[in-house]
Amino acid sequence: MSHILLRHRDIPDLKQLEVYVQNGGFAAFRKAVTEMQPQAVVDEVKKSGLRGRGGAGFPTGLKWSFIDNNAWPHYVVANADESEPGTFKDREIMEENPFQFLEGLAIACYAVGANTAYIYLRGEFWQVAHFLDARIAEMEAAGYLGENLFGAGYSLRIYTHLGAGAYICGEETALLESLEGKRGQPRLRPPFPPSVGLYGKPTIVNNVETLTNVPPIVERGAAWYRSFGTEKSPGVKIFSLSGNVEKPGNYELPLGATFRELIFQHGGGIAGGRSIKAIMPAGASSSVIVATEEALDTPMDYESVQKVGSVLGSASVIVIDDSHSMEWVVNKTLHFFKHESCGKCTPCREGVFWMRNISDRIRTGRASAEDVDLLYDVARQIQGKSLCALGEFSTMAVVTGIERFRADFEARLQQDAPAEG
Amino acid sequence: MAKKMVTITIDDQRVEVPEGTLVVDAAKMAGIHIPVFCYHPKMEPVGMCRVCLVEIGRPMIDRATRQPVLNEDGSPRIQFGPRLETSCTTPVSAGMVVRFASEKAAEARKDILEFLLTSHPLDCPICDKGGECPLQNLTMAYGPSKSRFVFDEKMRLEKNIPLGDLIFLDRERCIQCARCIRFQRDIAGDPVIHFHQRGRATEIVTLSEPGFDSYWSGNTTDICPVGALTTADFRFGARPWELRATASICSQCAVGCNLTFNVRREAKAGGRIAIKRVMPRQNEAVNEIWICDKGRFSAYQYTESAERLTQPLVRRDGKLLPADWEEALDLVARRFQTALDGFVTLASGRLSNEDLFNLRLLTDKLGGQRLLDTHMAGGDLVAEFGVAAGTNFSDLGAGDAILVVASDLEEEAPLWYLRVKQAAERGATLIVANPRPTKIARYASHDLRYAYGQEAATLLAMVNAIGSQKTRLPGWVKEYSADESLRSAAAAFAQAENAIVIYGQEGLGLAGSRDLAQAAAGLLFVTDHLGRPGNGLLAAWQRVNDQGAWDMGFRPAEDLKTALAQAQAAYIVAADPVGDQPALAEALEHTGFVVVQELFLTETAKLADVVLPAQAYVERDGTYTSAERRVQRFYPAVPVQGKPRPDFSITAQIAARMNIKMEARIAGLVFSQIAREVVDYEGLSYRLLAETRPQWPEVARSDLYYGGTSYENSQGLGVQLKPASQVRKLFRVDWRKPQDGLPAGGLTALPVTRLYDRGTTMLPSKVLAPRLTPIHAALNPQDAARLGVQDGALVTLSVNGVTREVRARVREYVPAGVLLIPRSLGLPVVAPASAGVQVAEGQAA
Repeated sequence: MSHILLRHRDIPDLKQLEVYVQNGGFAAFRKAVTEMQPQAVVDEVKKSGLRGRGGAGFPTGLKWSFIDNNAWPHYVVANADESEPGTFKDREIMEENPFQFLEGLAIACYAVGANTAYIYLRGEFWQVAHFLDARIAEMEAAGYLGENLFGAGYSLRIYTHLGAGAYICGEETALLESLEGKRGQPRLRPPFPPSVGLYGKPTIVNNVETLTNVPPIVERGAAWYRSFGTEKSPGVKIFSLSGNVEKPGNYELPLGATFRELIFQHGGGIAGGRSIKAIMPAGASSSVIVATEEALDTPMDYESVQKVGSVLGSASVIVIDDSHSMEWVVNKTLHFFKHESCGKCTPCREGVFWMRNISDRIRTGRASAEDVDLLYDVARQIQGKSLCALGEFSTMAVVTGIERFRADFEARLQQDAPAEG
Repeated sequence: MAKKMVTITIDDQRVEVPEGTLVVDAAKMAGIHIPVFCYHPKMEPVGMCRVCLVEIGRPMIDRATRQPVLNEDGSPRIQFGPRLETSCTTPVSAGMVVRFASEKAAEARKDILEFLLTSHPLDCPICDKGGECPLQNLTMAYGPSKSRFVFDEKMRLEKNIPLGDLIFLDRERCIQCARCIRFQRDIAGDPVIHFHQRGRATEIVTLSEPGFDSYWSGNTTDICPVGALTTADFRFGARPWELRATASICSQCAVGCNLTFNVRREAKAGGRIAIKRVMPRQNEAVNEIWICDKGRFSAYQYTESAERLTQPLVRRDGKLLPADWEEALDLVARRFQTALDGFVTLASGRLSNEDLFNLRLLTDKLGGQRLLDTHMAGGDLVAEFGVAAGTNFSDLGAGDAILVVASDLEEEAPLWYLRVKQAAERGATLIVANPRPTKIARYASHDLRYAYGQEAATLLAMVNAIGSQKTRLPGWVKEYSADESLRSAAAAFAQAENAIVIYGQEGLGLAGSRDLAQAAAGLLFVTDHLGRPGNGLLAAWQRVNDQGAWDMGFRPAEDLKTALAQAQAAYIVAADPVGDQPALAEALEHTGFVVVQELFLTETAKLADVVLPAQAYVERDGTYTSAERRVQRFYPAVPVQGKPRPDFSITAQIAARMNIKMEARIAGLVFSQIAREVVDYEGLSYRLLAETRPQWPEVARSDLYYGGTSYENSQGLGVQLKPASQVRKLFRVDWRKPQDGLPAGGLTALPVTRLYDRGTTMLPSKVLAPRLTPIHAALNPQDAARLGVQDGALVTLSVNGVTREVRARVREYVPAGVLLIPRSLGLPVVAPASAGVQVAEGQAA
């Protein structure tokens, strides 16, 4: 099967404008602007069943239809913060298939009536930003961005913006704050960005991968797109596979492919011939799946992954083999969240700090069995109270790690720190 | 238009509140006190601390029929979401059901409190906030009694960080609620403190130079829900439960902010009762729950000065020597009686209404002149055209207009700056007309500039642009033409539903101020912005009771020098004319007999024949009339030291020796007489002034809810007087052709106002000392270049017959040809005066 998103793997030099154009590039954008009303574009994307690829899985067309047409101007912001540990798909798209992403962004702008778009990239992606700036300049020179595009009266400018190194800025409202030059902290919702977004104006925030799906949908139609994936999770998805596998990397598969397919067929199985112990399907924010045969046969779509007690999220599948203690994994995630909690709301700021402390005590053999219970309690205590999802995410691995791998924690009690990690 | 009301149920209690009310406030109105930390009723909610989480249910609506789904018993079915919601960010909606007391909500409160306490130092026994601390109170009420957090893992952070000269930060105690940051950014408009770092490392920092550079910093210590922010003067000074509260009024400007003095018996003061701190006292019509730092850090400090006069002084053989009261009063009475035609009383707005009234009685009996020590005119016009009773800046917003003319408002009347700013942010049209940029102009929709000397001309040009159907304008008004920007401001002012003019003292002396006040009255008259609340004239007076002094019948002297020189006896009360204008010393040499009644041995007192020591306002009671003409009471906070007596008593005791009867002991009785004899004060009484009404937001109650540590007002909201234009329709206004503008050529020194001046009442404040305005004169770069003056150089300033060395400030904002001289820095400029500047010796480049 040829790729829909990672087309550069099939077509060499796709990141060159002329190659992209030769291979049908910008046909979708031209079609949208010259032949379709914005509403028709929104409807087509709605029909395609495309869901947000950043992690939440919210229907993209529906989000677009929420844009407030009583307030102007409108903005579209591409979320290229790609900050979830274990996620590295957007980077490959932007570096290797940049025009398809930019075209998707342009179509989204046309669909929601935006004449300005921003690409918010994590600070570490400065090279990517420079690369995209050059591509944007090429598009402008070639008449794909700028004034009166395709002679149809539609104008669009795209700008890149670099973040300053905060995980939280992947959260769409914190991203908008940061883009406005403020401290990157999540806003209260409601109002949601389609009503009150960037500079207080209606704004659509979409993930890079989500937008990259848009040109083929507009070009070939919703029905074609729905021929991939499942009924409720149509289309293809890039799975970022990492951890103890032979061949980590990005794999574009239809939604609904099984974990087994991804890990063993494409990923070459567990490294060093060890056996699989657990899967974190959504990076550090995941509930940990016990890698039973049944779990491995679970289709990777938004609904099925929930049935095995986790979420698909951004589909950054981290594989953990039996040489690792879940207690160590949880400790790693807590150090990450302790570092990244923005500090705005109490449960996340204080709770993650507290969990990190308890986890460190367990790690260094200074804890008792009650501390494992306490760690679990504190995680539960955070749940349902934080201002944004980050607080919630920080508890996922903790709660499921202890529920599903309690022995790993108890094994560490009153022991010295192992060499691992 | 009244807001739509909705009914919601909170813990089985039904309450009807306006649509849009936040659940936390609706609960408050129902008497249910949902705890909060980050929420503050004066600021937009942020939903950060999460302690106000409650269960919220809403009526289920059938998707198909759009009708409410009903239970079997016919009641609407309520659907509760899976998550708790923050009551501070959720507006009420019809049929909403809120569960505050439920187990789930109670558990959440306990959880959040446990989180907050994980890194809190719990040093309540040495914390200034201990005893009035929301975190302490709410923990006692809702928190867990034991923490599961390991004590040794607590964050250890810096505890004594000066954020500036006035405010100290304790990083351990901070719970990151951002109230202080939001206050500074949203209410004060001085975003000088911020969060730095993130997560548990989040901390408050100041980025300004000097640190925490704001006139409003003290308020952050009131609204801080923990002991993280404390003031330099009170920290480690006393425990809140040792303090008694005395209601008072700030004496530092004419806004009349309601204060509470917290007092206790003090070992360091030799066992005396002493004032420990100044707190705002809620008056939503005056200062809401805020005060400026000048009030907080200098409202009483001068009354504790060691320089205070403690006993009468009588001149013998050319020297002022201590005397007893009887001797001094006998002498004064004898000399006053023989002065007859040549008697002059010079009093100032530092005095209470009672003091001024007794002075008026005495002066009138002696056939003397009642002179007011001021260089600003218009108190008579304010009594006629002033803002109507019921005026409250908080009521002004979209559709209304405020014109601020010749006033650097934050420097002259800080609280008005704060409130005018909020009104502008609510949508009121703010017109600022001033010769140089001012801070309030940041919020202006019309930011107008005129040349110094063109104040009245500017308003007359507005009048001319608007025209009048009500009255025939004098022909000469046509000479004042408006440019486009002024014309558009005039139109906006004329069209506003309600409109206020605030005039100040920027660059003005008595004459210019009189022209301006008259023009402002004219503008209000032709636009019909009179007699209704939210309309009328306001003067940003220099002293707390300047308006009261006008109301009691004191008027500025046209020629003070002559008046004093020709007097056979001068009774100078709470005024230091020689200090302000050294040239008057010569006049006093000609005065037959000079009595000075004062707190300090001023320059004038040093020349007196008799000096009588007066009590400070914190030692006695009385009333002040604010610039908004609100008559407000102040109460005795501390006992008097030594022999000073209240001003009204001294006057009465002098009078008694001349067989003139007046009340000498009880201020309230003097006020009763005022209420009988001064028309505008008719019907007032101390009891009426002491009345209170419930105010929103509720602060400082025992319900653990904190709008701040500001004090509930239990001792009086005061009464706002009706101006003549509210009592009867005014049919005419006087028109006064303004004097010419400033002379061309040469330098003209102009007085301007700086809040942190070097007046007698400011210098004794130790905390504010580093922030006081340096003695300087500001001039334009071109003038400076012409004179060879560098910024910061020492120059010799000659003005009004006095030569002084001062630092030059070379500033772009100063128009050419003028020297801006702040008032009360010891430089004798009370009105525009020609001046000379030379590079000081040894400074020439």
